[in-house]
Amino acid sequence: MLHLARLARLEIPEAELERVQEQLGAILEAVGKVAELDLADVEPTSHPLYVVNVWDEDNIRPSLSREAALANAPDATDGAFRVPAVG
Amino acid sequence: MAPTRLAGLDTSARGRERGRASASRARGAVPGAATARAVAPCQAGTRVSIDTRSLTAEGAAGLLEQGDVTAEELVEAYLAAIDAHDSELHAYLRVAAPRGNGVPIAMKDCITTEGVETTAASKILQGYVPIYDSTVASRCKSAGLPLLGKTNMDEFAMGSSTENSAYGPSRNPWDPERVPGGSSGGSAAAVAGGLAPWALGSDTGGSIKQPAALCGIVGLRPTYGAVSRYGIIAFASSLDQVGPMTKTVRDCALLYSLIAGRDPYDSTTVELPEPVRMPEREDLKGVRVGVPPELNEAQGIEPGVAAAVADAVALAKSLGAEIVDVRLPQSVEYGLPCYYLIAPAEASANLARYDGVRYGYRGEATDDLTELYEQTRWQGFGPEPARRIMLGTYALSAGYYDAYYGQAQKVRTIIRDEHATAFERADVLFSPTSPTVAFSLGARTENPLAMYVSDLLTIPSCMAGLPGLSIPCGLSEGLPVGLQLIGPQFSENMLFDAGHALERALGFDYVPARLRAAGS
Repeated sequence: MLHLARLARLEIPEAELERVQEQLGAILEAVGKVAELDLADVEPTSHPLYVVNVWDEDNIRPSLSREAALANAPDATDGAFRVPAVG
Repeated sequence: MAPTRLAGLDTSARGRERGRASASRARGAVPGAATARAVAPCQAGTRVSIDTRSLTAEGAAGLLEQGDVTAEELVEAYLAAIDAHDSELHAYLRVAAPRGNGVPIAMKDCITTEGVETTAASKILQGYVPIYDSTVASRCKSAGLPLLGKTNMDEFAMGSSTENSAYGPSRNPWDPERVPGGSSGGSAAAVAGGLAPWALGSDTGGSIKQPAALCGIVGLRPTYGAVSRYGIIAFASSLDQVGPMTKTVRDCALLYSLIAGRDPYDSTTVELPEPVRMPEREDLKGVRVGVPPELNEAQGIEPGVAAAVADAVALAKSLGAEIVDVRLPQSVEYGLPCYYLIAPAEASANLARYDGVRYGYRGEATDDLTELYEQTRWQGFGPEPARRIMLGTYALSAGYYDAYYGQAQKVRTIIRDEHATAFERADVLFSPTSPTVAFSLGARTENPLAMYVSDLLTIPSCMAGLPGLSIPCGLSEGLPVGLQLIGPQFSENMLFDAGHALERALGFDYVPARLRAAGS
């Protein structure tokens, strides 16, 4: 459970671990129903349309200014996003 | 929307004629709303009174075209209605500063709007003011539609009642003790309650159709690939679609025509195979209607809902439709578990971007970057997104991928094939949109699985990328029942035709009964 929380980058407080685990367990049991079907010979579908190789025009277009890109940052300094040191 | 836009849907001279005729017809005689009512107080200078509860978008366009009202007066009327009634309904998260010469519109808060805060009803995006417009917002802007505001929703579109909004639930205009459905519940409540002539919602597993059904309005989930997702806050990318929520099927077709079509900014979009037509049909002659028992007799469908839908099927028959036998043996039984693996898996990837660095909420000060991420995300996401991120992370993690996510993708193939088989015999499938009418606030919040079942009947066709229209088909216990019409990919014109013919014959009054009685 803690490993999963870490993978998901969620700091679940100790007091809530049990409740979250219980709910996830119930949901996993319900969705586990898909295992009932024998689908060894079935191809997976990842996308509802048959669209392949969509190409964009190779043109130079204006992109975001630095100012615009930083406009919503909780902490921007010297034209950059400021974050704590990587641990 | 300039009046010419209405006519512009059909390039023939006859079409232009019809456009004018229908605009003036809609003014006085919208199906089901023809009766005169007490009108909302009109603004100074308004030459005709505007009853926002009954006025359709097409009717409003007619008023503009005739010069009976100005765009400013129209906007004022809706802002006044919002002022008077949104404290009860909480359909809006925020009201914008509407500008444009057309019929005003409301947009779900997961639709990115330049300069207007966009949060997807999440605390983690609080204060986020986009620096660009989504393609749908930009197309509405180009058509001159003033943006009334952003509507409430379940956080990140995860839910079926709007109770998962970080900013409190919306309420159903038919009964404020009940939910409007979700996740596009704010848009549905706004349209049904007369706080917007029309609105945009988004749908992943039923988030347009189900709230439309619960609020007694029309909702279209378009074919996957028909409408651009550029600038839509992503939930599950292989399922998300934006669509119209309106009072009538014609309004729905009109709004769909404004937003649909290929967008170079979304590589999953394609050109529509045929232009959108305004529906005129009054019969269903030659239409083969499939009524799959799995969708119509599923456990949990309320008797009143089943009865209203059965009546609609009988009505379709009397309009000339041929009822044919079709089956979806595994799509309904396995649709829900399939969806609750694929959607959370995609969500866990899409929601990885919310880390407190580039925009939105940031957790308390810390000197470690990973800790900052983990705090920001636990504090910023509400319980449902957190749950789905965990679920999706698990379904994609090493050792479980094949058993969960991989298997679900194969189930998706089965669902797609079963629908393709059904459409060899039928042109359109009918079923209830929601197993139940609007439920009470709090009734399903304790148990996530109880809430998930709300989408039992809408999910299978979403998994297959198919378009679905929900139209109101009657009342059960005084609350609206939605009829779901599902068609093959890109069959929106057929759905509009069938929906319009039925809507005319049904004569459903979309103004909530208690608002008719209140008279103000």
